[in-house]
Amino acid sequence: MTAALFFSQLLNGLQLGVILFLVAAGLTLVFGVMDFINLAHGVQYMLGAYLVAVLSAWSGSFAFGLAAGLLAALALGFVMEVLVFRHLTRRDHLEQVLATFGLILVVTEGVRMIFGSAPLPFPVPAALNGTVTLFEGLNYPVWRLVILAVGVAVAVLLWVLVNRTRAGMLVRAGSTHPQTVAALGVDVDRLFLFVFAFGAMLAGLAGAMAGPLVSVEPTMGDKVLILAFVVVVIGGIGSIKGAFVAAILVGLVDTVGRAFLPDLLRTLVGKSAAATAGPTLSSMLIYLLMALVLSFRPSGLFGGRPS
Amino acid sequence: MPASPTRRLVALALASTALAATALAAPAAALADPVKVGFVSTLSGPPAALGVHMRDGFLLAVKELGGKLGGQPTEVIVVDDELKPDVAVSKVKALMERDKVDIVAGTVFSNVLMAIQKPVLANETFLISANAGPSPLAGKGCSPFFFSASYQNDQVHSVMGQYAQDKGFKRVILITPNYQAGKDAMAGFKRNFKGEVVEEIFTQLGQLDFSAELAKIQAAKPDAIFTFMPGGMGVNLVKQYQQAGLAGQIPFLSSFTIDETTLPATQDAAVGLLSGAEWAPNLDTPQNKAFVAAYEKEYGIVPSLYAAQGYDAAMLIDGALKATGGKVSDKEAFRKALASAPFKSVRGDFSFNTNGFPIQDFYVVKAVKRPDGRYATEIQSKVFDNAADAYVAECPLK
Repeated sequence: MTAALFFSQLLNGLQLGVILFLVAAGLTLVFGVMDFINLAHGVQYMLGAYLVAVLSAWSGSFAFGLAAGLLAALALGFVMEVLVFRHLTRRDHLEQVLATFGLILVVTEGVRMIFGSAPLPFPVPAALNGTVTLFEGLNYPVWRLVILAVGVAVAVLLWVLVNRTRAGMLVRAGSTHPQTVAALGVDVDRLFLFVFAFGAMLAGLAGAMAGPLVSVEPTMGDKVLILAFVVVVIGGIGSIKGAFVAAILVGLVDTVGRAFLPDLLRTLVGKSAAATAGPTLSSMLIYLLMALVLSFRPSGLFGGRPS
Repeated sequence: MPASPTRRLVALALASTALAATALAAPAAALADPVKVGFVSTLSGPPAALGVHMRDGFLLAVKELGGKLGGQPTEVIVVDDELKPDVAVSKVKALMERDKVDIVAGTVFSNVLMAIQKPVLANETFLISANAGPSPLAGKGCSPFFFSASYQNDQVHSVMGQYAQDKGFKRVILITPNYQAGKDAMAGFKRNFKGEVVEEIFTQLGQLDFSAELAKIQAAKPDAIFTFMPGGMGVNLVKQYQQAGLAGQIPFLSSFTIDETTLPATQDAAVGLLSGAEWAPNLDTPQNKAFVAAYEKEYGIVPSLYAAQGYDAAMLIDGALKATGGKVSDKEAFRKALASAPFKSVRGDFSFNTNGFPIQDFYVVKAVKRPDGRYATEIQSKVFDNAADAYVAECPLK
């Protein structure tokens, strides 16, 4: 194995981690700040991909599609909050899980009725479709570098928003001491409305970024949702920093596992055993990682509150 | 899950005038019970697109035949198996016991077919596959009541193995999901490919990101890759293969990965990539030309092989019913009629082997953008001529 291949795989891991961060950021915000388990987060990711795909194709411009799609995702976030989530914020987790699971079924089936079950086209924007040679003999797709940049930018933006602005301060305070914040005259419900809609838009952004890489179909959010929860739980519920670190960790472990574990096993236990054990083990790695982290830090890497 | 669409599609649909005319001409026939076909397809979940194509192909044939099969009024009862073998079994039992269907047809997926074949065949109800072709039903588990209007699963993978062999490829990487069908695909490919398999990469079922695997492929520089990635996984792989700049460099050989159900999503990313198939929209037979034109007119999309097989399944039933005067009750006679393949397949050459699987031609097909802007597969070359499957010798039927 060459060093170039190794670095390329590390980059792949970072890049997968950044996609996972984009998906998990909105989830951890809503989960942590509002103590709300939103299973419909995956659906919001799917809606983002659909909106941007459809609007880009309709307008012929990815930039317009992205901007309009994100605004639409934000608007849908407001609508969902008012119609569904608002009524569940002070209920227990089981009721939230049931209601948002119902939302998954309704929205997925609705999208299927409008667009059919066949996947939608979502090509890479023409200007960003190509590869750059990062290492001798190894080309890297430009779009994946774009995702990397967007993910890091979102991480920085979120960190500044949450830690350096008045709104962020209220959000942090509202998550730990909602009564105190309310007593100081802040409309906590309105605060949560904005946090929720913003989370929905982040999920939509993740869908729009992942759209050119994956099949844009009504159930595309289901699988991502599980990974996002793994990231949120490892990182510590409600922690943006935790979500970022955990997402990168999960991305690296998953990619490096898929890239090198089969080869490693082959030298250790022989070819035939490795052929069956390798892929099975590498698909378990992130869950093993989660179990390991939770056994040492039950509230996640950066989780403050005991869970 | 939401209540599954167990839609009853009463295709008795004779226009009232036509009904009156029939009633005058032959009152007895008009009063006879209709032929009932239970059609099992996957209509929900991610792979629903395949099931929709297969169902639509079948229903198109019934519609073209005036709502009749073999000249008999026909009722097609479509059920959704939800890609769950247990759901399929309970729905198929209801089809046989409550609806008293004469024939069960359909099944996209082999695990669904394997689950329903036992109760259906034990009940001596005719079972006609419009897609799934698992090896047990072709070999030791063959049945006089089972016929395949599609292919035996291994054959499509073997087509690509033979093609790689014919092309003189020396080093090939195989990449499939880590489950039984993925392992079968690799075995099918290797049956005809004698060169070196550099690496067998097994991926997670439903895998989203293939960057690690693609970096490996890029570093190993094989002469070609062979893959079997059905549904959304295939869309992911094809898009990422193109984005990594591999599409023009390393030949992409595949089975059940690139077809008209996924091409609308992958579009240009898939153009030029190769697949094994027994049919393509541009296959030059009069029946096929008429079928493709009618399907595109009816549904506004290009048909896939699932649609073609669904269409052929209905035409096969139609031909057999014509031969028996519309009766399924004499099972031996109906079986003999089916076995003679009394219809003109859209595929051209088509006959049944002793195990109820077809003897037919197989091709390498290539994804193209047609002049009308739509994406489709096109025949590139014929790989197998009048090919039988590898399991027929194990089948005791004569």
